[in-house]
Amino acid sequence: MTRIRRPVVAGWFTEADGEEGFRLLGTRCSACSAVFFPREDSLCRNPACEGGALAEVPLSKRGRVWSYTDGRYRPPEPYASDPDAAWEPYTLLAVELEAERMVVLGQAAPGVTVAALSVGAEVEVVPGILSEDADTTWTTWHWRPVQEER
Amino acid sequence: MNEVAVLGAGMHPWGKWGRSFIEYGTAAAGAALADAGISRRDVRSVVGAGSVRCGYPGHVAGAAFARALGWQGARVTSVYAACASGAQAVDTARAQILAGIAEVVLVVGAESAPKGFFAPAGGDRPDDPDWLRFRLLGATNPAYFALYARRRMALHGDTTDDFARVKAKNAAAGALNPHARYRTPVSAGQVAASPVVADPLRLLDVCATSDGGAALVLSSMDYARRHGAGDPVRIRAVSTVTPVYPTTEPGLPDIATDSAVAVGPPALGFRESIARAAYEEAALGPEDLSLAEVYDLSTALELQWYEDLGLCPPGEGAGLLRAGATALGGRIPVNASGGLASFGEAVPAQAIAQVCELTWQLRGTAGARQVSGARAGMTANQGLFGHGSAVVAVR
Repeated sequence: MTRIRRPVVAGWFTEADGEEGFRLLGTRCSACSAVFFPREDSLCRNPACEGGALAEVPLSKRGRVWSYTDGRYRPPEPYASDPDAAWEPYTLLAVELEAERMVVLGQAAPGVTVAALSVGAEVEVVPGILSEDADTTWTTWHWRPVQEER
Repeated sequence: MNEVAVLGAGMHPWGKWGRSFIEYGTAAAGAALADAGISRRDVRSVVGAGSVRCGYPGHVAGAAFARALGWQGARVTSVYAACASGAQAVDTARAQILAGIAEVVLVVGAESAPKGFFAPAGGDRPDDPDWLRFRLLGATNPAYFALYARRRMALHGDTTDDFARVKAKNAAAGALNPHARYRTPVSAGQVAASPVVADPLRLLDVCATSDGGAALVLSSMDYARRHGAGDPVRIRAVSTVTPVYPTTEPGLPDIATDSAVAVGPPALGFRESIARAAYEEAALGPEDLSLAEVYDLSTALELQWYEDLGLCPPGEGAGLLRAGATALGGRIPVNASGGLASFGEAVPAQAIAQVCELTWQLRGTAGARQVSGARAGMTANQGLFGHGSAVVAVR
């Protein structure tokens, strides 16, 4: 069976194939340079700004762990999970992006546990799969620890 | 001073009773009216703190309580501000009294909480951040509490033992409170033995969701004097501020903070600014407080509030706890009521219940959990989506 790949939210991340070019997509105000994620497309939320045009901008690929936790119990809907399958905990990260000076949440890539994380560790954003149903693979972003370069 | 009198306070015990929130609110209102020594016919305005997850649609708080108490043709208001609903109800009542619109106002909040994690309203609503955080991340409320807790451990050296001690302290106080849902002492060892919900927080670190109801009768100072309450507990400040752009901590239900690229972070974080606004309005400071009731949604969050209320310098919350300062009998008891640890959260009732506790403490009628010589108290809480909430009461 072939499922169609669809982003769980449209316009929040790049959809081209490949890990290298994958980025979260925000918007930037042309007047004050404030960055927004999730994207603002109507009004710049900086109260000191007169309000400029908001243009799409890719966010930094790498950031540092601000904090982390995991979900040991099944979250309620609309989180998609098979109620007949045993619950598999996943890891949740809050990641600080230096250039954007903001913290962005996201699930960790599969297999990353809290034991492997520490505040301040470097992570990168990679494409991931949130869930699959009969005809759709719902895509999302994941945070994954950056391997030490050898 | 722009003060209003607390003529009466009343609560329906917290629990998991499985009945209508109207019943809890009506019982609490009856208790508050009896405490005030006035008839429900004397009430000229009813302000209901709303319960969206359970009371809506179909039951809009203000009118639902006014109807249950018997329509009086009184002014009616319904407010919803998530966990801060109760404080906004108090604020609305106060504004009506100070504006001369009503002399006596009944404030009521009550909840019938569903079992398990709070969940967003149903339907496909991708423009709602509260829906999105569940859909995209499965991020429950305890997940956010856990992110804050882990951050404290990394920044300030807090330990899970510290968190467990908060629960033990609050359970000891709650054991003395007939309105609390949980009234048995809990040891730090019991916390450590409970299952992890969201690392590093365990089941007994995270507050439950409860049924309950709380009510206040507020009046003008003139009315209080005319009715023989010459020295009532007074509400001196109500803070209902939002955060200041840009936020620097991912708040519920957000998926990201603001960016501090265009404008640097504000001098005060959100919770600090809630307390600051209350202190400024009340013209007093942390050193003047006899006690505080803070929103211990998690044990770790209580330590954060110590710092944000200025009870100790940033990063020293765990030290304040370890020194016993925030326990009953300590320098500045926090959550003498037992807190959410002993009550579980009944969302629209909780901020009102905090003021009920201050009222009894300031009157000196809090029984076995009485803070001796209590003169001033602050409540603090933070509602989903950026609703600040703090109340200062004095006597």
